[in-house]
Amino acid sequence: MEFTPKILALLCTYCTYTAADMAGSARMQYPANVRIVKYLCTGRIDVLHILKGFEAGADGIMVSGCEAGTCHFLEGNLRARERVEFVQHLLDECGLGSERLVMYEVAASDAPKWVEAVNEMVERINRLGPSPLNPNWKPGSMASEEQELAVRI
Amino acid sequence: MIIAERKPFAEIKAAVAPYEKILIAGCGTCVAVCLVGGEKEVGLLASQLKLAWGQEGKHPTIGEMTVERQCDREFIQPLGDAVADYDVVISTACGAGVQFLAALPGMKPVIPALNTTFIGVNEEAGFYTERCRACHQCYLGVTGGICPQTMCPKGLLNGPCGGNIQGKCEVNPDRACAWCEIYARLEQQGRLEQIDTILPLHPNGRSNTPATVIHPAYKRRYFAHE
Repeated sequence: MEFTPKILALLCTYCTYTAADMAGSARMQYPANVRIVKYLCTGRIDVLHILKGFEAGADGIMVSGCEAGTCHFLEGNLRARERVEFVQHLLDECGLGSERLVMYEVAASDAPKWVEAVNEMVERINRLGPSPLNPNWKPGSMASEEQELAVRI
Repeated sequence: MIIAERKPFAEIKAAVAPYEKILIAGCGTCVAVCLVGGEKEVGLLASQLKLAWGQEGKHPTIGEMTVERQCDREFIQPLGDAVADYDVVISTACGAGVQFLAALPGMKPVIPALNTTFIGVNEEAGFYTERCRACHQCYLGVTGGICPQTMCPKGLLNGPCGGNIQGKCEVNPDRACAWCEIYARLEQQGRLEQIDTILPLHPNGRSNTPATVIHPAYKRRYFAHE
């Protein structure tokens, strides 16, 4: 079974969500691995939202907000960045690895940058492999070999 | 309020590794304000434990419960009732809360999740500094509201040591000398003559641990007649 990364994207409605919408309208192509959650501002994203996302089986999470200095609420994106860095520290502590969480900045008019960000994230998660919380997905892993064996028998 | 820091995750995880059913008990007062032991931080620790053990294929039961204060019998009783379903309790309270919880009848082993650090103030979100050493004898009235016991690393009660360098502390040159600050504050308030007050030797004998305080109104109740 080929690994298909599950990526959760937590987006700000004022910038990246609009860019993603525009990418769709313009029929730009990008991998279908992302599940988008729209926030009114990345400043609303809580540490627990991200951790629960990983608990629920996400292989990677991307947070994307406005470019520095352009937040609709002045500093929501800066707070989000602080929180993302804190969660990266927590992920390192519990062994999941901080590389699975990335913060991007995509302006509302910058649909190509959103496509680029998704491509980069998918490439990154493909390189890192499935989340260690989902060992069954790992091709060639003990768990999946055992499953295959069970099916054959 | 009491300021604490969370212990490294590896230390907490190793302490509770042998157990299957874990209750994380939060405290909603001081440690919730300094963002290490309130309801949200309990959720955060639970999530981290689930992520860490999930990678090893383990799925222990992790319960979460936060009470108003763990240093108050009135509030910890619900925790005492809840532990029946668990093997171990991780407490995110300060040292006082952990000890009070651990002493409840029928309590399971209690593991602290925090290192209690000092009595301090909330300078800004996430930024705390020490202000009080709970030394049993307060001199703030004559020292311009700056504590010589706490703010001076040497705890000098009657003026600075000879080591201050242009108003900076010789122990930590990034900090102002507490006694220079006391002088400036008293001068600014027009009561510089108070700096001549000789403070008596600090009654360190009173600081013997563990200390007990009985409010005068309750002396009869606790048979503490003098």
